[in-house]
Amino acid sequence: MSKILIVAEHLDGKLNASTARCVTCAKQVGADAIDVLVLAADPAGVAAEAANINDVSKVLAVARPENAHALAAVCAPQIAAAAKNGGYTHVLAPSTTFGKDVLPRAAALLGVAQVSDISSVEGAHTFKRPIYAGNAIVTVEAPANELLVGTVRTASYAAAGAGGNAPVEALALDVALPTHTRFVELSSGKSDRPDLQGASKVVSGGRALGSADAFKIIYDLADKLGAAVGASRAAVDAGYVPSDLQVGQTGKIIAPELYIAIGISGAIQHLTGIKDAGTIVAINKDAEAPIFEIADYGLVGDLFQIVPELTAAV
Amino acid sequence: MKILVGYKRVVDFNVRIQVKPDGSGVVTDGVKLSANPFDDIALEEALRLREKGVAEEVVVVTIGPADAQAHIRNGLAMGANRAIHVVTTDAIQPLTAARVLQKVVEKEQPGIVLLGKQAIDDDCNQTGQMLAALWDRPQATFASKVEVNGNAARVTREVDAGLETIEVDLPAVITTDLRLNEPRFIKLPDIMKAKSKPIETLQLADLGVESGDHLKTTHYAPPARRSKGVMVKDVAELVSALKTKGLVR
Repeated sequence: MSKILIVAEHLDGKLNASTARCVTCAKQVGADAIDVLVLAADPAGVAAEAANINDVSKVLAVARPENAHALAAVCAPQIAAAAKNGGYTHVLAPSTTFGKDVLPRAAALLGVAQVSDISSVEGAHTFKRPIYAGNAIVTVEAPANELLVGTVRTASYAAAGAGGNAPVEALALDVALPTHTRFVELSSGKSDRPDLQGASKVVSGGRALGSADAFKIIYDLADKLGAAVGASRAAVDAGYVPSDLQVGQTGKIIAPELYIAIGISGAIQHLTGIKDAGTIVAINKDAEAPIFEIADYGLVGDLFQIVPELTAAV
Repeated sequence: MKILVGYKRVVDFNVRIQVKPDGSGVVTDGVKLSANPFDDIALEEALRLREKGVAEEVVVVTIGPADAQAHIRNGLAMGANRAIHVVTTDAIQPLTAARVLQKVVEKEQPGIVLLGKQAIDDDCNQTGQMLAALWDRPQATFASKVEVNGNAARVTREVDAGLETIEVDLPAVITTDLRLNEPRFIKLPDIMKAKSKPIETLQLADLGVESGDHLKTTHYAPPARRSKGVMVKDVAELVSALKTKGLVR
């Protein structure tokens, strides 16, 4: 049977919800044990949050000053050592920029391949994952006698519930850590809005907004709905919004209950980021826009008229 | 300093991918092939670093079949000094690609290896990280800004929380995100010039890399299609529909 290690993602002393989504994926593998590895300078708070996730067997907390920031070159050798020493059959991490950065490095240290973006568990070593921007779904089989390293497409899994009470164990790893990689700074658009990846509602704007100023109508609607704000690649490239709002193949993959696409034509690279959304609403002046092919509700018209009207009506 | 650039050939990003009816793969016969867009960005960044005087030589590396020569010539026409073609007919998975690149790195001793963050065919997003691990050197993934100062590089990375800046000692692996730069267009005279640039050809089998599929792809399927919904005539009808579904109050 399987023994699974999940690498916790956290920032500023808070556990990222992607970790609980990985637990749901791990449960589908059919595990005897699901342990969560917390690498931090001071892991106590994050470890306590992880211990609270249902079905977590135990939390392994590694406290080292080098773990103050999640640098791949620093995390990967610790993940590899924890996986090997603990006799794990699977190591999972979310397919967020954190997991994408760190886990392939750990896989290479362990000498094994990685299954990226697991969207479905077909067996302990058999998974489905999207390729070609989600235009094809492949079934991949990993060798059953090797450690399985994989990133989890978080939009495919609901977060495991809270209410667990797993033990937290301090883990000492005898691993030399490199100093060749140093954290300088993180600049994030501080916002009170919900996090794009976990939000139940998302309002996204595209190139048709035409300017950064015009994006205000998107923010206004989002705030009225309690929604997160997203954007198409075109809007980010044009500099209307920061890059961390990009939704799609190379940006964030999301699965909100409600997705409202405004002035977004619907390039396949964008659609792959939203195809698991519950309900998709599209507002666009071009009745032929591909976004209408997948939208549950489509409204053709001038967004500068429709969006304020919608904001007033909800 | 020498910069090594990974330069993969993939199905062009504009091609609508079709899964074969028997689930054995996707249709690639007769479809347009192009450089992986992220690799074009990597090559552009390397050329700019050469133009700034940070690097003297830019070398592109392609792992692919013998008919990838035209693709490699494009990289040379864009401005690379020379190319290395590792020939194989196998579809190469990231761990093997990283092992191949490691062999090339051992021979070429570059100061920076620039790779795309992912290839738009398999969407794996692994090779750069794996190469950095095997090489035991730093990695700076998803770069949107690269500044080289002596023996270190300051790299701004596009991460979920915003923009993270890290400093890495060189040599290092850097993988590119979309907004690092806008690749130049290839001009006709450069295509002519590229014809005389050297391409070194190596057989994958001669590199002493254990190849073979680590992961077996057993089936290809088209994605589940969302069904087309309804068109509403105005905001009132939209709000009413969303209320019925309990999505707005």
